[in-house]
Amino acid sequence: MLRAKRMGSLGRRALQALGAWCVSLWLLAPDWVWAAGEKATNLVVVADTRRLTGIMKYFANLYNTNTLLFAIWAVVLTAVYGAILGFLMDFLMARTGLDLKSRKIVEH
Amino acid sequence: MDWLYLYMPIAGVTIFWPGLVLIGFSVGVLGGFFGMGGAWMVTPGLNILGFPMAFAIGTDMAHIAGKSMISTMRHSKFGNVDYKLGFIMVLGTFIGIEVGAQLVMYLERLGKVESIVRWVYVGFLALIGWMIFYDYYKATRKKKMGLVEGEKGTEGITWYKTLHKIKIPPMVHFNTAGFTCSMWLPIGVSFMTGLLAGFLGIGGGLLRMPALVYLIGCPTHIAVGTDLFEVMISGLYGAFTYSLKGRIELVGVFVMLTGAAIGAQIGTVATKYAKGYGIRLAFGTCVVACMVSIVLKEFSFTALSAGLILGTIGLMSTYITVIMLKGAAYELREKKAREKAVARAA
Repeated sequence: MLRAKRMGSLGRRALQALGAWCVSLWLLAPDWVWAAGEKATNLVVVADTRRLTGIMKYFANLYNTNTLLFAIWAVVLTAVYGAILGFLMDFLMARTGLDLKSRKIVEH
Repeated sequence: MDWLYLYMPIAGVTIFWPGLVLIGFSVGVLGGFFGMGGAWMVTPGLNILGFPMAFAIGTDMAHIAGKSMISTMRHSKFGNVDYKLGFIMVLGTFIGIEVGAQLVMYLERLGKVESIVRWVYVGFLALIGWMIFYDYYKATRKKKMGLVEGEKGTEGITWYKTLHKIKIPPMVHFNTAGFTCSMWLPIGVSFMTGLLAGFLGIGGGLLRMPALVYLIGCPTHIAVGTDLFEVMISGLYGAFTYSLKGRIELVGVFVMLTGAAIGAQIGTVATKYAKGYGIRLAFGTCVVACMVSIVLKEFSFTALSAGLILGTIGLMSTYITVIMLKGAAYELREKKAREKAVARAA
């Protein structure tokens, strides 16, 4: 009984530690990625929506008003477009007749 | 000729879009062949085309994520991506980048950080360049002497063999890469490369690819694929954070990605027809070009520095395209001959 309680407390502590680690990762990760780029200067850019129409206008407006949603869209669209292009190129390359599933590793 | 220019709604500039496609294509070829993001090549190119520097970095980051995704998909089909190794290394890389960034902040407080960082970068690029060419020299000498070790052929530098002797648990077997080592080895190496990347303010593919080969013991082709997988993850996160700061031009990303999709296929398929040492030597040449361009920039020869980078991209992507086309033509000829022989026998 005592042992089970001790195990339970250990499990809770491990979960708490994991939770704390995840939170700190979430908080620190943007800084880590930023560290890989050049030093940023304070910059406020407003997209000029006067000469835009349709979807371009929607994204320019989003950029001006809701940066978080814009960032989510940017990542999702980049990933989706990358995947679409990947599958499309895969389809086209498969028609060349080349063997695209095996290769021989030779170093020298 | 107005149709050759495209308005970038967020950056508010008009850009010669075939230039964007060409940059995307060339860096796609190089990235697929070498397994790196190539930010050091794209950013000056975008800047020359007229992108403000603030947008060049973020746009470049998002384009790298998409391009690496396309290349990783192709490399994965070839069996060139060790996902287990990639995930383990992501951990070390991220922690290393943070420590590197802290180091830069400490140096900033002391002053003169930019010059120190630039010269450390030059030093490391010189070291990598030397390592690659010395390795090739050593391997060639061994081959001439008839010393062939292992199933992959003759190798020059084999530091990874010594590092594989470290038996600190847990020991992990990497199926795709084909070796077993202490989990602390890839974590330690990725921590070091991440630390340098954070310190130098670069993506890190330039350091990670040779580290995977020489310190971890990955065959070159698998080092390329696994590194691209890591570039994809960090690139997507980078794209998110740069978007949050409003430093991204989505239209530019999509135009570049279109060119990169074709380039990435060429670069990735070309690895099939290239020997590991061929990839290493071409990579070494790019590293030396990058090093010289930084030295030129340090002495304010900015135009010459950008010219050198763009010239290297042009020449190297042409060279890789030729490898791919020659190899593909040879493979198709062989396939046709085999089919004819089978038909004749039947």
